[in-house]
Amino acid sequence: MSTAVPEEIHDVRLHVNGAVHEVAVPARRLLSDALRHDCGLTGTHVGCEHGVCGACTVLVDGTPVRSCLMFAVSAVDAEITTVEGLTEADGSLSPVQQGFSDCHGLQCGFCTPGFLTTITAGLRDNPDPSEDEAREMIAGNLCRCTGYQNIVKSVLRASEIQREIERERGGTA
Amino acid sequence: MTTKLFGAKVPRVEDQRFLRGQGRYVDDLLHDDPRLLHAAVLRSPHAHARIVDIDVSDVLDLDGVLAVWTWEDLTGPMAEPLPLLIPHPALTEGRTQYALAKDEVNYVGEAIAFVVAVDRYVAEDAVSRIRVDYEYLQPVVGIAAARAATRLVHDDVPGNVGARMEQENGDARAAIAAAPHTLHLELDVERSACTPMEGRGTVARWDPDTSRLTVWSSTQTSTGVRGCVAAKLGLDLAKVDVITPDVGGGFGVKVVHPWPEELLVPLAAMTLGRPVKFTEDRREHFISSAHERAQQHVVDVGFDDDGRVLGLNVEFWHDHGAYTPYGLIVPIITSTQLLGPYKPQNYRVVFESLYTNTVIVTPYRGAGRPQGCFVMERTMDAIAAYLGKDRTEVRSTNFIQPDEFPYEHGLVFQDGRELTYDSGDYPASLAKLKELVGWDEFEDLRAEMAAQGRRVGIGLACYVEGTGVGPYEGAHVHVETSGKVKVATGLTTQGQGHQTAFAQIVADTLGVRFEDVEITTGDTRKMPYAVGTFASRAAVMSGSAIHLAALRAREKALRIAAEALEASEDDLDIVDGVVSVRGTDATIDLGTVAVLSNPLRYAFDEASKAATQFTVGDPGKPPVAEDDEPGLEGKDFYSPPRSTFANGMHAVIVETDPETAEITILKYAVVHDCGHLINPMIVEGQIHGGVAQGVGGALYERMVYDDSGQLLNASFMDFLMPYVTEVPTSIDIDHLETPSPLNPLGIKGAGEAGVIPSAAVFAAAIEDAEGFPITAMPISPSELFALRLEHADDTHATALGS
Repeated sequence: MSTAVPEEIHDVRLHVNGAVHEVAVPARRLLSDALRHDCGLTGTHVGCEHGVCGACTVLVDGTPVRSCLMFAVSAVDAEITTVEGLTEADGSLSPVQQGFSDCHGLQCGFCTPGFLTTITAGLRDNPDPSEDEAREMIAGNLCRCTGYQNIVKSVLRASEIQREIERERGGTA
Repeated sequence: MTTKLFGAKVPRVEDQRFLRGQGRYVDDLLHDDPRLLHAAVLRSPHAHARIVDIDVSDVLDLDGVLAVWTWEDLTGPMAEPLPLLIPHPALTEGRTQYALAKDEVNYVGEAIAFVVAVDRYVAEDAVSRIRVDYEYLQPVVGIAAARAATRLVHDDVPGNVGARMEQENGDARAAIAAAPHTLHLELDVERSACTPMEGRGTVARWDPDTSRLTVWSSTQTSTGVRGCVAAKLGLDLAKVDVITPDVGGGFGVKVVHPWPEELLVPLAAMTLGRPVKFTEDRREHFISSAHERAQQHVVDVGFDDDGRVLGLNVEFWHDHGAYTPYGLIVPIITSTQLLGPYKPQNYRVVFESLYTNTVIVTPYRGAGRPQGCFVMERTMDAIAAYLGKDRTEVRSTNFIQPDEFPYEHGLVFQDGRELTYDSGDYPASLAKLKELVGWDEFEDLRAEMAAQGRRVGIGLACYVEGTGVGPYEGAHVHVETSGKVKVATGLTTQGQGHQTAFAQIVADTLGVRFEDVEITTGDTRKMPYAVGTFASRAAVMSGSAIHLAALRAREKALRIAAEALEASEDDLDIVDGVVSVRGTDATIDLGTVAVLSNPLRYAFDEASKAATQFTVGDPGKPPVAEDDEPGLEGKDFYSPPRSTFANGMHAVIVETDPETAEITILKYAVVHDCGHLINPMIVEGQIHGGVAQGVGGALYERMVYDDSGQLLNASFMDFLMPYVTEVPTSIDIDHLETPSPLNPLGIKGAGEAGVIPSAAVFAAAIEDAEGFPITAMPISPSELFALRLEHADDTHATALGS
């Protein structure tokens, strides 16, 4: 077998959670690996590396994307949001994160980041989902611990929290 | 007095870090260490082959590759087979694999070579450059092939039989022969697996400055891994620390140890002088971790006109895969827990544990119980069908009654102890279940649905689960001078919320604020004596140990506080970390008590001045009394005489599509009795998860091996783990709390319960809907459709049995 040609390294500027990360990666570097290992954002988890489980879901320009199915070099110019970026500026939990906390929507926590990002985008598109719509919203993510019962409740609770926040904002406006 | 936290739905403290993406799972560790190296493993592509030659000459040419190991590079204990963790006299032909295959491979996925490189991509490139010459051997796949034994997995294991074990209470065959009625059943359960969302993973770092090895592993037993690493690498135990960080689910598979990588990663870290990480990918998890479930059973039962079982004779064959690192635990559990809540007058069980050229079989949540429950509950349903009786009536007839506890079955359980149930109230549980699912009203629903052309069925299944097996767990409770309470227990956590549930126990027992308690699990530096998290044992074992340790800390706090406050211990209360003399204003903080507990020479802050040598103590006595120790601490161990037996009953109503044979869950009900609940929210979460796994196991999940031993569905694309769309839209849960007399908190384990009766309950409901026997699980719509065709000619569709 011949000696492999050294891989070409690409300098890539990733915009993640409002910060810029300059990383040098080969073209085949998955976005999931770049986020975890190059940007140090280990909140994004890798559960299957074939796009089925959804644990690695991040928001790319607001859209849920399986970061294990995207190359880091393809994410240049995109605004990426990971689970670390969901938390409010003051460090408090976002409505979706709070919904999970209120409803025991997680156990081992490994799949959770993918659910949180997916639901964050889902509630932006549909802020007031029915229970069936909540189910639909999470129907592409695998969880092995919770049996999904409390994740569905968490979606509905997150929607409720969002409405409470909006009401408060409306009240003080 | 503050609110009692034991029994309250306290929100989980661990969620705060998980929700922020700040959990620390094994693959997250050392990510910013530029010296970190990554490992990849060459795995056998063949189910059965001799290794003629391994050529690694091209590997080290690759930029970024540091080392490659094959078996020939291993020395000393590392070159010996991996340990057989749980030996048993009946396991006469136990075999375990080598860390890296020596001469022969026995399943697709078996580790052959181990490469370490600067990143995982390069390590995998390097693996692809290793050339192995194989001499192909015919594989043995499935129980039928193993029993036929025309080919052998291991040349020196005749008949592919690793073990044959028999237990009998009474004379089952004679009782069956004399019984008024008999039935014969043949029942199958296929392979499935735990598939936690996080696979296996290990990181190791050798510190030359302190001559210590630190290993982080995604394991269910830190102390087990530590013992194996020390023994295999020839290190003193004191030189090895094993830490279990956050674990992304276990469900049994991670109790197996040491995995080859759990030894090879530390070996590489020591050899190369750099930290090394191995993270299993999803395909690797399917083909190189562990599976469970596959068994074939033959049942003969004799019973009277009431359906009372007079004799039960069960023979079964257990597919344990290519090796037996975990001994006979799974089939022993099946053979004993099969009995469920019933008391057959005479019971005989015999099993053979068989080798096949497939992934090893070790406990998966339920650990042999789902198969046993399936067999017993199918038998109960068959008896009911034969006698034309209500299925709940036949079960009631056979129940152990509440006044019969402790109930001795006359068998030996998985822990080597007598199979003796401690408590339960099965008639009360059944009454609750019938109410919850609407058992008595079901015929109305069936008629109503039939009128719409819809087909529905109802089923129930009962189980008893031996939980909290020994030998022991321990706990250490330390009240710091700040008043914060640091607690360590050695078993590990895989999502069960131990940091919350155990803190609830400490808060109540010691009398401190929940927020002030911090729990550490699975860290051998903090608690080197421990067993592990499996068999629904964490709450029972560590919960009890923590309670006992907190009691010791409390006793000491009261003794010191009584002296300081010049009061009697009997007059003291501890609430929210403050000791007070009842009926007075006199108080002292536990933090101050902690200061006083530790006589000091040097003051390190304002508070500690109170404990220095010119401030406290009787100059005529030693500062620390002969029978005392410095520090406000408590340490204790809990070691029960035997397991405590939780129980439960599930019922399900399903609809089967007359055209497509699709199976839809209309209602799912659970009655669960795990004694006193520490945190009902967490217990219900465990049940939810178990039910979902059970749905997967009953209707979707199986390991599809072809005849050549290739696992055809080794991905989440093809192994159908349930999404939200496959699980019941609601799970109705009712609890019965029959406390265990065996531990101070009256608790029983809850972790596995949800999954145990699933195959049984779905088989019962589908059979009830369709009118023909369901004898094999899981069942897909295609299989149900095929059964319909098979039974289409039956003029009188009969229920199970013959």
